[in-house]
Amino acid sequence: MSRKWIAGIMAGLLAMAVLAGCGKSATDQQGGQSQQQSQQGSAEGEKKPFKAAMATDVGGINDQSFNASAWRGLQKLKEEIGAEVNYVESKRQEDYETNLATLADQGYNIVWGVGFLMTNAIGAVADQYPDTYFGLIDGEVQGKPNVVSVLFNEQEGSFLMGVFAAKTTKTGKVGFVGGMELPVIERFEAGFKAGVKAVNPNVQVITVYTGEFNDPEKGKAAALNIYGQGADVIFHASGKTGEGVIQAAKEQNKFAIGVDSDQNHLAPEHVISSMMKRVDVAVLTISKQAAEGNFPGGQTVVLGLKDNGVGWSDTTLWDKMPPDTKEVATKWAEAIKAGKVTVPSTRKELETWQVPEI
Amino acid sequence: MTIIIESTLRYAMPLIIAALGGMFSELSGVVNIALEGIMLLGSFTAVAVAYLTGNTYLGVLAAMVGGVALASIHAVVSIRYKANQVVSGTAINILASGVTTMLARGLWAEGGSPPIQRIPDLTWPFRITPFVPLAFLLVALCHWFVYYTPMGLRLRAVGEHPKAADTAGISVERMRYFGVLMSGVLAGLAGAGLSVGLLSGFEEGMTNGRGFIALAALIFGKWTPVGACLAALLFGAATASQTFMQALGIQIPAQFLLMAPYILTMLALAGVVGRSTPPASVGIPYEKGAS
Repeated sequence: MSRKWIAGIMAGLLAMAVLAGCGKSATDQQGGQSQQQSQQGSAEGEKKPFKAAMATDVGGINDQSFNASAWRGLQKLKEEIGAEVNYVESKRQEDYETNLATLADQGYNIVWGVGFLMTNAIGAVADQYPDTYFGLIDGEVQGKPNVVSVLFNEQEGSFLMGVFAAKTTKTGKVGFVGGMELPVIERFEAGFKAGVKAVNPNVQVITVYTGEFNDPEKGKAAALNIYGQGADVIFHASGKTGEGVIQAAKEQNKFAIGVDSDQNHLAPEHVISSMMKRVDVAVLTISKQAAEGNFPGGQTVVLGLKDNGVGWSDTTLWDKMPPDTKEVATKWAEAIKAGKVTVPSTRKELETWQVPEI
Repeated sequence: MTIIIESTLRYAMPLIIAALGGMFSELSGVVNIALEGIMLLGSFTAVAVAYLTGNTYLGVLAAMVGGVALASIHAVVSIRYKANQVVSGTAINILASGVTTMLARGLWAEGGSPPIQRIPDLTWPFRITPFVPLAFLLVALCHWFVYYTPMGLRLRAVGEHPKAADTAGISVERMRYFGVLMSGVLAGLAGAGLSVGLLSGFEEGMTNGRGFIALAALIFGKWTPVGACLAALLFGAATASQTFMQALGIQIPAQFLLMAPYILTMLALAGVVGRSTPPASVGIPYEKGAS
């Protein structure tokens, strides 16, 4: 008797947890289905809608950062070509492969893996589903005809953030908060430091890696540390951890620079700019190419400043920076776009990097 | 120097409070690995209630109530129905992660809350959230309760030797309910300390393993309030000094310090750093009348 009860309760708990945890909004699916029906109605069942889906990394769909940006890209795709779109969230790294395979199994034409940490999972799943297109953001899988890899020149956008920070600082110290020490985050760091150096080589950059992308408190503690050592502007590349950085900026009345999406709304007076990484544009463009049958399979697409893949946000607070900041930043941006300046993308390159004349 | 102390205290505070919660449950004989989930629910409840009512103190109270509600599931399942306590705890952790995510997305379009007014910092002796002195006060109170009151003795008795306690007329069930529900109160409070004491808002999964580290602190601290507090401070100091050294330009692999609490705990369990012995009957459901 009591055993059955236990089993019942545990099963119920787990079922609730799984239902609650899958976090997929029912309206999206319904929307997709009704769209499918209406499209089938109009095309008399000739053509099924294009189906696109993404698997987030552990940051989740609401990371106000690059997963959210990728999802915006898919929603735009739904608007523009009536595609059926969906997402799955990965709660832990072990889920990546399963989640990607599940989406491929459900017949999505293109499946996006968002994040460097998905690289191996995409490589493995792409072999199992040769008829599905896969897109990888921030990582590179080579030589598979059904995989496209998208990389960004984060160092170019981060360079401009370095220009802003070095221009804005009054104490001669600025900070950088990173999430995990991955090649992607190193590009942010190297670019940022190069930008600072380009404006004023005497400005010191205090660097802290928190080791986490989803721990706001660790971000806040790191930022308080950096501000405590006299810095007054911090650029973060650390996902949700960075929300703690922005909270610290607000409380200490210092400045922060956001990342990936426009993060100004988190502290409108204190986030002076955000390094926009247009994951949404990449996801939209390539998904559309796939829908039209022009999938750039096997390629690595690199988006930089000149492709508008990275850059500063619309809500950059020019009035918080010295008046010539925009002019200086634009000059550097033009030089980078023209290929006259190569921004270092690793710490090693940064060591030997000399500020070029422009 | 104040920076290191401050960040040590910031990091240790939720661990101390949650570890005290875990202690109540484990001393009474019920393993509680649901601390993580209860903390997360506490973090969410505090922010949600503060957001809806505009009163953050009310949010802190609600966090404790929410903690008790979630802990009561664990209590009923493991005490009344004698289920495997680790399985129940795991289910509760998954449940809490799903429920808070779902509710947060219902409440706020972006999943994370907008900034809310947090509990104001104390300004003396340095700027710190009042949850920090509260945590130390709770350590003292718990120490007094566990070792100097009849109720504390009963709590330990049902965890060490429930049959003897039962024979002496102590209700094993009632004491265990008390232990588990207290862990809900404290873990809920710890979650509130994180979301409205240290930070000013909720993010999905923001406890990020602190419940498990609190459990590690409890074990490393040999299931005593003072020991758990010192262990939490040690873990806090490790994290704080890592951040501080990085800021000074000295690089230590972040992974190393992330592992440190668990390695120390394993060493403690293995008897290398002074033997850590759990309450004798922890994890074993009590069957009245069984031999």
